[in-house]
Amino acid sequence: MKEVPVRFMLAAVALAGAQGALAHGFAGQRFFPATIATDDPFVADELSLPTVSRRTLAAEGDSPAVRETAASVDLAKRITSSFGIEVGATWLDQRGAEGTQRGFDNWALGAKYQFYLDERHESIASVGVDWDMGNTGAKSVGAETFSTVTPALFVGKGFGDLPSSMQYLRPLALTGSVGIGMPSRSGTTTVDEDGNASTELHPHTVNVGLALEYSLPYLQSFVKDVGLREPFNRLIPIVEFDLSKPYDRGAGPWTGTVNPGLLWAGRYVQLGLEAVIPVNHATGGGTGVVFQLHFFIDDLFPKSFGKPLL
Amino acid sequence: MRRVARSLFILAALAAAPSAFAHAFLDHADPRVGSTVDHAPRRATLWFTQQLEPAFSKLKVLDANGNEVDAKDGGVDAHDRTVMHATLPALAPGKYRVEWRVLSTDTHVTSGGFTFEVRR
Repeated sequence: MKEVPVRFMLAAVALAGAQGALAHGFAGQRFFPATIATDDPFVADELSLPTVSRRTLAAEGDSPAVRETAASVDLAKRITSSFGIEVGATWLDQRGAEGTQRGFDNWALGAKYQFYLDERHESIASVGVDWDMGNTGAKSVGAETFSTVTPALFVGKGFGDLPSSMQYLRPLALTGSVGIGMPSRSGTTTVDEDGNASTELHPHTVNVGLALEYSLPYLQSFVKDVGLREPFNRLIPIVEFDLSKPYDRGAGPWTGTVNPGLLWAGRYVQLGLEAVIPVNHATGGGTGVVFQLHFFIDDLFPKSFGKPLL
Repeated sequence: MRRVARSLFILAALAAAPSAFAHAFLDHADPRVGSTVDHAPRRATLWFTQQLEPAFSKLKVLDANGNEVDAKDGGVDAHDRTVMHATLPALAPGKYRVEWRVLSTDTHVTSGGFTFEVRR
């Protein structure tokens, strides 16, 4: 009789743990790493501190090309096991022919709800919204004076259900997102010293993110032990595509980057390093680089800050 | 400088922590994941990256038809809670699947499976 309440309590703990596991970049036996350039479909307790990138931005209008270094912090917190919020801030350092500008970009807030999970087929889907908060950053670094709200659909799929004849493709996984960027203003009119007015239009945009990854941990643990040991058994080669296209108000071409790189997932942290390759001249010139140190808050603090608030 | 050095030390310590997820993941197994063995193993042994909660950690071995073939004693080792065993009878040649679902001591549940083949 004394064992009954103990077992009941253990079952409750197990249930709570099960909910947590579902929310931590897992779909069935698949662990999805946190992506750097694109947003993944998971609601999680995570901290990216820092994400540091360097690349050359294309000239735009009267603005010359600049070399930009960005350092950002992003915190994601679960409210429930399937709903979470995110906040992000980015410090920019821009160097060009007209000198150096430094300051914060606009703050970003987001929310995400995971509505679908199929463990057997390693599939997940969620919806979310991102709010780039206008007028919260420094105009000197180009922070917009208007807000942009971006609702988006996020999906993830691991290929562990491929037939055994294709077993070496089972470690592949894909995450992706499609969103519509909706500016709070259609345009901004400015008047120069001579009294001439000019209007910059703010188009709606289609934002597409895609990440294709090959998980060596998955190969090693679920497909075939090929003898990889530390640190190679925790490496995940990845290529990300981060693309955007304005589709009204003076629509322009696709812009974006292709980011091939490597992720390494440890016990509490994940390290990531990617090249940032512009897809065209409209995006910028030259290859950049991005590095990220990412903390799994739910693993660091599983019984306090790392679990859902509700 | 001391603050920077301390921060770097903490980051290095976190990165150098035993390279496993705090979630329990399979580190390696005997028979090895995806292997073909010449002789039927007498038991399946799995090593995990975390300590497991015995009451909520299960291990079983299935034949090609999905029937459980182990002695139904699959569980966490009494002396090393990162290890699971299941006793096997004399397995006939063929393919077998090992399936596990475990609860790590930090309350995260993980599950998975892999196959191995007995040649003769």
